Amino acid sequence: MKDIYSAVKVSDHVYWVGAIDWTIRDFHGYTTPHGSTYNAYLVMADEITLIDTVKAPFMDEMLSRIKSIVDPAQIKYIISNHSEMDHSGCLPQVIDLVKPKKVFASVMGTKTLNELFHDQSEITAVKDGETLSLGNMELTFMETRMIHWPDSMFTYLAKDQLLFSQDAFGMHWATQERFADELPAANLEYEAATYYANIVLPYSPIVLKALDKVLATGWDIKIFAPDHGPIWRKDLGWIIELYKKWASQKPTAKAVVVYATMWHSTEKMARAISEALATAGIKVKLLSMNETHRSEVVYEVLNAGALIVGSPTLNNNILPQMADVMTYLKGLKPANLIGAAFGSYGWSGESVKDLEVWLKEMKVEIAAEAVSVKNVPDSDVLEKCAELGKKIAAELIRKTANS
Amino acid sequence: MKKYVCGVCGYVYDPAKGDSDNGVAKGTDFKDLPADWCCPICGADKSEFSPE
Repeated sequence: MKDIYSAVKVSDHVYWVGAIDWTIRDFHGYTTPHGSTYNAYLVMADEITLIDTVKAPFMDEMLSRIKSIVDPAQIKYIISNHSEMDHSGCLPQVIDLVKPKKVFASVMGTKTLNELFHDQSEITAVKDGETLSLGNMELTFMETRMIHWPDSMFTYLAKDQLLFSQDAFGMHWATQERFADELPAANLEYEAATYYANIVLPYSPIVLKALDKVLATGWDIKIFAPDHGPIWRKDLGWIIELYKKWASQKPTAKAVVVYATMWHSTEKMARAISEALATAGIKVKLLSMNETHRSEVVYEVLNAGALIVGSPTLNNNILPQMADVMTYLKGLKPANLIGAAFGSYGWSGESVKDLEVWLKEMKVEIAAEAVSVKNVPDSDVLEKCAELGKKIAAELIRKTANS
Repeated sequence: MKKYVCGVCGYVYDPAKGDSDNGVAKGTDFKDLPADWCCPICGADKSEFSPE
């Protein structure tokens, strides 16, 4: 059968040869309702070079796209910018098939790839700032450790003014369009923000340093070619400014109220808190973990100033849905948040104290006294919830006025 | 001698083990690490570390 897949030209010497995963819905706990792409790129230099590969089941699709341009056996070099399996899963098989002269990764990348696939001794480490001649053009490598794994690096192709940015500026969005300028800006912003919140957020201080490091190189970048989602070839400043905004995590006049409920008591409290916040002029997002995915919560927290969490007590603990989202949020390290806890209980009532411990461990500043109620809240308790909301609102207004 | 944790990636510097990849001998206290020593996993500098 004739190969059905084609490469897409990105710049004078670069082709997209990745794969579109229309059906993936879970990335290690991050839900991806719109699928994803695994982007690999072919540099048609004197020494033909493949930048990253794809997730293992998609190897044939990548090879098919490469074949539309050149016999894969002509590939001389393979660069692994990021060792995670969605970009390296088929690397050992591709090395066997293509038999490249050399395979390169960062110093940490060579270690990681050996730990993932074992016996990868032919992979050569490149250092930060090192260059590789492809004959008629040159690649420059830049370490970007912890954006978002220790092995991560960028590769710059000066000839085409193109930065292979691996997971930076990426998103999980399966589209037939290959370029960001072919897609609606609102969707791009939503998908890029969701990706940032679920993947990059804990490393925000490093993102700001990396952006400065790229600027300091003086590279005149015209294209960002990430490992997921569309390629940026117009108005790069737009996505750079969004990254700066998300990475700086300045407090905003927005509160996210996250709760789970058993018999709607904690829910009543959540509603009372939210109404009071909104009345005080705060933007509110109310999310029930009985219905909401953790990925959506962290997306909402990304541009929030307050995180208010509620849970009933179940068997001396918080509800498992709340334990899920608190574990996830703690790992993603949202910063500069104020918060409070609330919840209903039947007899022992540990949940609210437990939630406060979670918030403190996350370095969320407790800005209002917790509200806890035995069984169903009456009007006095709901008034206390409203007071909690007002107190958080006042503190948010004070903080955002100063920033 | 206390262990120190990297606030970026979670690596733990254990004075009893040192950091042989970067020429730090076993038994080196965290405060005696060179000023330009950085996390062997993620490259964060010493200021990102806190006692475990």
